[in-house]
Amino acid sequence: MINNLLPNVHWDNMWEATLETLYMSIAAVILTFVLGIILGLLLYLTDKGNLWQNKPIHAITAAVVNIFRSIPFIILIILLVPFTIFLVGTMLGPNAAIPALVIGAAPFYARMVEIGLREVDKGVIEAAQSMGASQWHIIFKVLLPESMPALISGITVTSIALVSYTAMAGVIGAGGLGDLAFREGYQRSNSDVTFVATVAILIIVFIMQWIGDWMTNKTDKR
Amino acid sequence: MITLKKLSKTFQTRTTSISAVDQANLEISQGEIFGIIGYSGAGKSTLIRMLNMLERPSSGEVILAGNNMASLRGKRLREARQEISMIFQHFNLLWSRTVAENIEFPLEIAKVPKADRQKRVKELVELVGLKGREDAYPSQLSGGQKQRVGIARALANKPKVLLCDEATSALDPKTTDSILELLTDINQKLGLTIVLITHEMHVIRKICHRVAVMEDGKIVEQGPVLDVFRTPEKKITKEFVKQVIEPEETMETIRELLGKDDGGTIVKLMFMGENAEQPVINELIRSYHVSVNILQGKVSKTRDGSYGTLFVQLEGNDDSVKEAIQYLKGQQVEAEVLEDDK
Repeated sequence: MINNLLPNVHWDNMWEATLETLYMSIAAVILTFVLGIILGLLLYLTDKGNLWQNKPIHAITAAVVNIFRSIPFIILIILLVPFTIFLVGTMLGPNAAIPALVIGAAPFYARMVEIGLREVDKGVIEAAQSMGASQWHIIFKVLLPESMPALISGITVTSIALVSYTAMAGVIGAGGLGDLAFREGYQRSNSDVTFVATVAILIIVFIMQWIGDWMTNKTDKR
Repeated sequence: MITLKKLSKTFQTRTTSISAVDQANLEISQGEIFGIIGYSGAGKSTLIRMLNMLERPSSGEVILAGNNMASLRGKRLREARQEISMIFQHFNLLWSRTVAENIEFPLEIAKVPKADRQKRVKELVELVGLKGREDAYPSQLSGGQKQRVGIARALANKPKVLLCDEATSALDPKTTDSILELLTDINQKLGLTIVLITHEMHVIRKICHRVAVMEDGKIVEQGPVLDVFRTPEKKITKEFVKQVIEPEETMETIRELLGKDDGGTIVKLMFMGENAEQPVINELIRSYHVSVNILQGKVSKTRDGSYGTLFVQLEGNDDSVKEAIQYLKGQQVEAEVLEDDK
């Protein structure tokens, strides 16, 4: 019955594309989380009045973040082709999409990390200092745990943006649901394929949002 | 225990420099509860923050438990800070940690092994009266309970000095009293030196041994609490003492009486320690031809003795009143005739 309604959908291809999209998204989310937190910490700590207050480093980091945040993703992929080939060895397959995905999303996430860190009460940092906490203690025992709900809700928003980025990466041959919808669906006028791919992407997005919300609530004890 | 020598802090702004603390000299001994009182902006907060180098002095010295604090940096400063704890007006607890985990925090910093940490947390929870609330998060606690966590956390590493930065200013009067009792208790049990800053004379009266008064960055007056209560010298000190002994309503009534022609003579009597127990008023009524009308009386307890004030209205002919006042001044009571200051 379902095959009559959706005559052009090859379910094994669809499943494979879904797995590729999931793989690209999850790998990119993990790397973006780490790189974004490092960049966000650097932005926050080098800002005026904070632990590593340093105007030149802050200005450079902020400039890099703003530039990469402003380049449209589809152009960023093309700009990063030589870098990707150097890193992954090819421009095809899901792995090739990951460098561009991370470099596109991490600066975006870094700004959210910075905002989250700014929300941490200065008094609590001061209390930790008065107890003799080192800078690493302050980062790992105060700043990150105290801003965790903001870090998690930020990565939730970012990961949903990443899913849509994977669809764009599909266009240059990375595979995944976007690639399938474009080649099999749009170019061959099989609108049923486009439809199913869209539903699959929506399901992934909803699940990510749900996990993110759940974890944000779980960590927020305020 | 703590010596401040010509301690100064100047803040530079683009156009001017503000002297927050100006040449402060202090000597605080081991086991003492020392209070610093002043209005907001007097520099007391800056002063207490210079004791653990949260604020670096512009000049002068802080010697604390044998350490010249300003000369310490990095690891040595962090080690020294473990002996000086601090509690705060807004408690500054980590909301992401439970009560027990908050108390454990300084022990983690001091790299105490896990088993010892848990044992110590248990002791501290009991000491500050929070048994049963170990697994609550700060957001589930009242202000007084939060400050108890703050105190337990401050005591975790067995410090030599406890700094209290307006520790009771965000609490209601009843909770303030219970926190002050806890501090007195800790001071006696552990022999801990406590330095506190406040703008409430009530706090000084209740628990401090000695007090320093700050105004415009300078320490203008200091001494044992009872002495300062008895003979405040500076205007600002007198204002603070008044906060405790002369309620505002009384002063309004007295001002009204002073404005009247037949208001009689109003005398303010001050009693210290044992003097408070002599039957002065009885004698006054019996031996002099005056009628005595008691307007208001109050006995305040300080750590080192009681301190009482009594406002009385004397009525009679001028000579009798004069004699009566003469008598009062002859007793070991301080008598002050209040004048209409209109």
